[in-house]
Amino acid sequence: MEVGIVSYGAYVPRYRITPEEIGRVWGVNGKAMGKGLFINQKSVPSPDEDVVTIATEAARGMMARVPEVNPEDIGCVYVGSESHPYAVKPTSTIVAEAIGATPAMTAADLEFACKAGTAGIQMCMGLVGSGMVKYGVAIGADTSQGAPGDALEYSASAGGAAYLIGSEDLIAVINKTLSFTTDTPDFWRREGQEYPSHGGRFTGEPAYFRHITSAARMMMEAQGTTPDDYDYAVFHQPNGKFPTRVAAQLGFTNEQITQGLLTPEIGNTYSGAVPLGLASVLDVAKPGDRIFVTSYGSGAGSDAFDITVTDRISSYKREKAKTLAQVMENTVQLDYAKYALYKNKILMPE
Amino acid sequence: MRDVAIIGVGVTRFGEIWNKSFRAIGIEAGLKAIADAGLAGDEIDGLFIGNMSAGRFVNQQHIDALIADYSGMASNHVPAVRVEAGDASGGVAFRQAVMAVASGMHDTVLVGGAEKMTDLDDASVNSIVDATADAEWEAAMGLTFPSLHAMIARRIIHDGIATREEIASVSVNSHAHGALNPDAQFRKAITLDTVLKSGPVAEPLGMFDCAPISDGAAAVVLCPLEKAKEFTDSYVKVAAVAQASDTLALFQREDITTYGATVAAANRAYEAAGITAADIQVAEVHDNYTVGGILAVQDLGFAKRGEAGKTFLEGGYQVGAGKLAVNTSGGLKARGHPIGATGVAQIVEIAQQMRGAADKRQVANPRYGLAQSVGGTGSAVTVSILEAI
Amino acid sequence: MASIAKEWREIPGRYNLEGSKCPVCGKVYFPKRGICPECRRESLGKMEDYSVSREGEVYSFSIVHEAPAFTSKLKPYAVVMVRTTDGIMISGQLVDVNLEDVRIGMPVRAVLRRISDDGPSGVIHYGYKFVPN
Repeated sequence: MEVGIVSYGAYVPRYRITPEEIGRVWGVNGKAMGKGLFINQKSVPSPDEDVVTIATEAARGMMARVPEVNPEDIGCVYVGSESHPYAVKPTSTIVAEAIGATPAMTAADLEFACKAGTAGIQMCMGLVGSGMVKYGVAIGADTSQGAPGDALEYSASAGGAAYLIGSEDLIAVINKTLSFTTDTPDFWRREGQEYPSHGGRFTGEPAYFRHITSAARMMMEAQGTTPDDYDYAVFHQPNGKFPTRVAAQLGFTNEQITQGLLTPEIGNTYSGAVPLGLASVLDVAKPGDRIFVTSYGSGAGSDAFDITVTDRISSYKREKAKTLAQVMENTVQLDYAKYALYKNKILMPE
Repeated sequence: MRDVAIIGVGVTRFGEIWNKSFRAIGIEAGLKAIADAGLAGDEIDGLFIGNMSAGRFVNQQHIDALIADYSGMASNHVPAVRVEAGDASGGVAFRQAVMAVASGMHDTVLVGGAEKMTDLDDASVNSIVDATADAEWEAAMGLTFPSLHAMIARRIIHDGIATREEIASVSVNSHAHGALNPDAQFRKAITLDTVLKSGPVAEPLGMFDCAPISDGAAAVVLCPLEKAKEFTDSYVKVAAVAQASDTLALFQREDITTYGATVAAANRAYEAAGITAADIQVAEVHDNYTVGGILAVQDLGFAKRGEAGKTFLEGGYQVGAGKLAVNTSGGLKARGHPIGATGVAQIVEIAQQMRGAADKRQVANPRYGLAQSVGGTGSAVTVSILEAI
Repeated sequence: MASIAKEWREIPGRYNLEGSKCPVCGKVYFPKRGICPECRRESLGKMEDYSVSREGEVYSFSIVHEAPAFTSKLKPYAVVMVRTTDGIMISGQLVDVNLEDVRIGMPVRAVLRRISDDGPSGVIHYGYKFVPN
């Protein structure tokens, strides 16, 4: 049975802050820092936004594009995030309610650092492929926090994308997915801690690069493909630098990764990153386009996907929701003071 | 049904009355009214209290019993009733009391209104006031009570019914009268500029478009008209007490530039009194926000739609300026707005006008006066008409 | 704690603008009503669920400066009355907008946002707000 993408939706909050403005507060050359990370600005959620609202906006866009799909035919909803508003009490039930998919369905929240969204896609593929559900919804979304003054503060941002996974009327077939997973503690957040911690440069070679290249090479070997076979490639993008470098290591060109590389303008949306990058590609994809996708989640693991866009994308009602280019219009720059207020970094009276 | 008379009135000073409790304020107005009526007190056989939210303002429920007790009526076991209708609590309490006497169930009734708002911080007060709108679908969604009135004002300006300046001039009118009322919270005349330049509360409305947070109480004594002379020579006839309802939420109305409940209550009141709007010489209207003054004058039939603001701006509703004086007490804006007291205080003002006892703000030889009390955004309205004897 | 059930039972209206439609005269209401004010007894027990359109235009608005604690981080913020494309009036906040751009007739659409919460350890209440469309 062919399994793949029936629809998708994406959302990024409108507020932005630059590395320069963050650096100004901490006595750091933020401009140089931004240049090194290849981040021009990052998105910031409004005080009334969180993973629930971002996931809902993405999911509603996804549903708007397929008015023929009855939301009650959705059998599962998975929301992957490391910043669920509740530690206990699912995000996914709220989103499911907001798109009218409840109650005959299953739902769960996922966490696998930055790859919980793609893990959700794999779970939906399994349930759809086995015939257990007609449609599955997988969402990756985050409102990630970097500790004030930490390097992560320059990149940790907010956004998310939602995917309707099914076996009929696909706009893109997922030809294959596989994963490469080990126990590698490069980035973590202990229970009850406000901000995540990381292993500094340890997050690079043994973590991000090893897992992505391993999963990617396993995929190309399994599919008998080379980078030349793909029109687009999307890699996890904690900054603009890592995905550019990993693409080069694997033999992909800048042209192949540019459309799916959003980090320079929105920052690291964590669980939202690869789902958003793929959404950006689907916003412009044509029938027959082949897309190579590899996510990365600290802790650590990578999920690789080999995807082919179908003819159906020509009649797909993409215009019923905003494309990412449209979502990313009309941004508003924040200064650090407003950013601190929005991100709950100011002590308020009870 | 019997005709009913007001035979005594009493009102406390309105404002921030730090040294007096809710019960002390309530009793003060009641005792003044009883003394004014020349009663000993034992004659009272029924007690009605308008109060919006003592339960939240001072954490005291069951204030009917409290007032009966502290006004010395518990020993006579006088029945006491607390009436709540948002901002219109006092107006509705007055109507209930009039009906009690008119029906013959009661003979001599004290009707009071009281609110103690300053025992809470402003944020808590605002949250209580916001709950007079639809708490589930307006207040809970972030719509404040001032912002609802601001949306009415915005639409009134948009539809060309009144200008921003005309709306602001309602406050100038009230303050000019407040300067003449020794019991008013603000006894100072202001200019239009003061209103227009006041800090924004909910645009287009600013601080000087909004009635203040106040403490205060008011009371009147009622008896059958035929018995009034037994107590006093200075009494006033209650010519009509009418009431009407509308949707709780403002957004449920077809048109927010008029209060349908005011129109309905006014028509009922004029019919009951056998008069028209043109017969009214003095009116107390519910200007908790300036735009309320525009709505009231228009919906009570004193001015055509689109003309109320002009007269306010020209000072035409000042005492002595024209055929009709509006808010001679200072209105809710300058006299103050202790919520449950307001509707009764309006009756006190009109009764004093009918008796010729309104001192510096006395309207010349009035025969009919009117009081309009509004709950929420026009969700409950009472219109009462008093007639000089 | 007190607001858990109170908010929970309103979720259909808060999330999905679920109101009521009178099967007798066809009129639609938001929020839900048990009786049609036009048809009264004839409609009793027959009112049907109806999801109001999430799109509409601003009928009136205000910019709130004195705000309750649960909206204090957003102030000053816009509140609006919106006439939806199916003719229903709904009030709410208008967010993600430059305040000087708000005007009567502006096209808007309802999105899901955080409305309030029961403190840092309490339940979070989500509901509709409007954004420019």
